[in-house]
Amino acid sequence: MDAKTFDSKSLLDSLFENGILFESGVDGLYGRSGAFEDVIERFERLVTRLGAPDKATRIHFPPGMSRATLEKSGYMKSFPQLAGCVHSFMGGEREHAQLLGMMADGGDWTELQKATDLALTPAACYPLYPTIAARGPVPAQGLLFELSSYCFRHEPSKDPARMQLFRMREFVKIGTAEQVRSFRESWLKRGRAMIESLDLPCEVDLANDPFFGRGGRMMANNQRDQGLKFELLIPVTSIEKPTACLSFNYHQDHFGQTWGLKFADGEFCHSACVGFGLERVALALFRHHGPDAEAWPAAVRDVLWGV
Amino acid sequence: MIDQIRSLLEQHPMIPLNFGALADDANLYDAGLTSFASVQMMLALEEEFDIEFPETMLTRRTFSSLASIADAVSQLTRKAA
Repeated sequence: MDAKTFDSKSLLDSLFENGILFESGVDGLYGRSGAFEDVIERFERLVTRLGAPDKATRIHFPPGMSRATLEKSGYMKSFPQLAGCVHSFMGGEREHAQLLGMMADGGDWTELQKATDLALTPAACYPLYPTIAARGPVPAQGLLFELSSYCFRHEPSKDPARMQLFRMREFVKIGTAEQVRSFRESWLKRGRAMIESLDLPCEVDLANDPFFGRGGRMMANNQRDQGLKFELLIPVTSIEKPTACLSFNYHQDHFGQTWGLKFADGEFCHSACVGFGLERVALALFRHHGPDAEAWPAAVRDVLWGV
Repeated sequence: MIDQIRSLLEQHPMIPLNFGALADDANLYDAGLTSFASVQMMLALEEEFDIEFPETMLTRRTFSSLASIADAVSQLTRKAA
């Protein structure tokens, strides 16, 4: 992890050589070392500690979610290229023999699988909204949740900061437009201070999601025009194109309308989330402070391991 | 042209706005147009008028009212002619 070289391949190679990540044969799918996991665990504790005064309700959803929920969320309208549905074999013995035959011939046996009720979770907060809507009206002071989940996005890449399966920790505020905007503001401040306390260079910038196609270009322009998404960027594999490690998203009443999330008076709720890309933050720490976490600057170690 | 656009959009199943009741310069987003519906609108207009909106026109402003849509469409059809 030479301080001067900032490119994806040399960082990935160095992570493999130092036994921090392990190859799986698929780009974006890696094993993690104990040292890497320890950093993630400590960073998660830091996030929880910073959010503790807000008294969020913690929920951990599994990395798979209801496919029907994903469909209703509108995810396929915006990001069909990133989604992953779980398929399984549901045939009988005859089809099984056919499947093995196809496999032996090197054919595409997967056509004998059918879609299950599961999709892979694309962002930690997707399973939350219908769960909360089912509990009835949202109280006037709003609701706050802390979530963590493995997430999947189909974007194979040699960039170690663009994994296909990665963890996201999130705080989600559901409330009035004013409540969720001030929640986002407070995390824009706290997030930056947190990353600076880890002695990482960062900047916060207006951003957009990778919406699909030409229509997506328009969605992205709309998102930027309305200032709905900000990202905290840290140089990890490139100085010119730093990596988004935290994101701050205001959904307006999109999920409120989609899921019927309402206050007792029938008004639709707004929502916002702040997401922490856990692997990305860990990679940034290894990138800037070196492969041996025990040799990181004392101040950084103190923030992560001191408490 | 505005009337042609109005009746095209009114018939679109994925754009649930009452275009018949909206003035030419009424703000469509204020009337409830979502980002996703505005994309459907863009695609329907391209098909109807055999045009392609350049990226610089794929903005919230272009699709903010029937009048501004008509303006954009007529620019593009003029270019094509």
